[in-house]
Amino acid sequence: MSGFLQEARLKRQVWLDMLFRGMTRASAFGVLVLLAAIIGSLVIGSMPAIQAFGFNFLINDSWNPVTENFGALVPIVGTLVTSGIALLIAIPVSFGIAIFLTELSPQALRRPLGIAIELLAGIPSIIYGMWGLFVFAPLFAEHIEPWINDHLGTIPMIGAFFSGPPMGISILTAGIILAIMVIPFIASVMRDVFEVVPAMLKESAYGVGATTWEVVTKVVLPYTRIGVVGGIMLGLGRALGETMAVTFVIGNAHKLSMSLLEPGNSIASALANEFTEADGELYTASLIELGLILFFITFVVLSIARYMLYQLSKQEGKAS
Amino acid sequence: MIDIYTRRRITNRLGLIVSVLAMAFGLFWLGWILFTLLNHGLPALTSTVFTQMTPPPGSDGGLLNAIVGTLMMTIVGTLIGTPIGILAGTYLAEFGQRGWLAPITRFINDILLSAPSIVIGLFVYEVYVVHIRHFSGWAGALALAIIVIPIVIRTTENMLRLIPNTLREAAAALGAPQWKTVNFVTLRAARAGIITGVMLAIARISGETAPLLFTALNNQFWNADMENPMANLPVVIFQFAMSPYEDWQRLAWAGALLITFSVLTLNILARILFRQSASNH
Repeated sequence: MSGFLQEARLKRQVWLDMLFRGMTRASAFGVLVLLAAIIGSLVIGSMPAIQAFGFNFLINDSWNPVTENFGALVPIVGTLVTSGIALLIAIPVSFGIAIFLTELSPQALRRPLGIAIELLAGIPSIIYGMWGLFVFAPLFAEHIEPWINDHLGTIPMIGAFFSGPPMGISILTAGIILAIMVIPFIASVMRDVFEVVPAMLKESAYGVGATTWEVVTKVVLPYTRIGVVGGIMLGLGRALGETMAVTFVIGNAHKLSMSLLEPGNSIASALANEFTEADGELYTASLIELGLILFFITFVVLSIARYMLYQLSKQEGKAS
Repeated sequence: MIDIYTRRRITNRLGLIVSVLAMAFGLFWLGWILFTLLNHGLPALTSTVFTQMTPPPGSDGGLLNAIVGTLMMTIVGTLIGTPIGILAGTYLAEFGQRGWLAPITRFINDILLSAPSIVIGLFVYEVYVVHIRHFSGWAGALALAIIVIPIVIRTTENMLRLIPNTLREAAAALGAPQWKTVNFVTLRAARAGIITGVMLAIARISGETAPLLFTALNNQFWNADMENPMANLPVVIFQFAMSPYEDWQRLAWAGALLITFSVLTLNILARILFRQSASNH
């Protein structure tokens, strides 16, 4: 009798085990379903625009709700250019911060300073946007843009990039604010990968008389190269998809101009500004197609980033 | 001609100075932004901010409906996202050693972790808002939940991997079935780390604006019914800051101060909690 009960209890446990494992498995599978659903719904939502414009959508620079002629060129270029400016500024700064945190900082300051940099990542992006609009852009327009106009704008060839009205609301402003936003992301990945460099490697270099700078550039950097690039791509992924910080300062002008001091538009800020007010099927569908393009670009960039970071952790696993 | 030793010393010195400057550069923005927030936000932070609704331009008011809306959507979003995240994270750490599902899920999850949040908003709009034909608090909470899930999955998996295998073996040796081992031994041991992850997720979603623009939208009036469009701090800040009215902008600063300091406090608390539990091990 008791043996029978025992068996029933065991069976119940086996059944519960299967149930629990099934639940966790279903949740993990849910992540894949989510991705498929996101892509699927965006494709379906943008179908009218895809059918109406086809491939032309990508190279058409007009955006006219009245004549219903839509093209994604301006926002795509705006997104890429602002992210490019952001990376140009953020990469060297993040590198410096990572060196400081891993090699130079006194032990006691490492943690608090590291947290301070991470807090910069914690500030909601809308705050960056607001601060950019009310504080940074006016200062930039008054003090820095005239200087850029006078000094960089007069150089032949590249001058065209740097001449424009000093309004503060521009592609360049958006790029700089994006840079401040992605610095903490890139810096913390760089710091983390710098920390995996075996102490023995660094000590050997110091032992043969290398300076700190030489250790960083000739030992640490080559060892962690893939991880560093991965971190940069991760920052790029962030910058491409950032909405609020850009929306405030980019000016939302659907026009293509050479100058970085002119207002422009990015995919995310076009969506944020126009989506709820868009009327007409084609208008909405065009905006959704913009979202699809953004998702596609960030997906590719982030995949490369993750792939590189995985490579680094594999290499680390082999070494130890 | 400078000899090679001097040159190396100078390069070293220059490189290190630049790196200190980079650090100062990073801290400078943090300081500047926080200072601006305090400077503009503190004078605007009166008691009416917490007791009155968002006003039409030109009259007095507060942010009560927005604060409540943000709290409700954040809580609901966390409640939906956390269990799914913990279950999926458990699968990746405990059951996913073999097969194709775990590596692919891990990869996709890491991508969703930094996917543009505005696209999440578009997605929820397409699958939910379009069908019920109006913006709603539920849609906002759903969008936030989708942002919570990858964060919780990541931290849960990382924390479970830190638990030594001897604990699992000890449980198995006592005859505990797997579901008990995971629920009462490993997940419990990893509790502090997982809570940290959830707190970081809450900090992240409570400041998110982009996914709420097309889902919860905004509501000028008091509303605690999640079926209706719902006011929330980030979108109110967005709308008020972009407006030409000075009293709206003042309220936007008050809201910005509130949200930033709650998010930063959550961030710091999460880190302290995690550190304490890590030193207990």
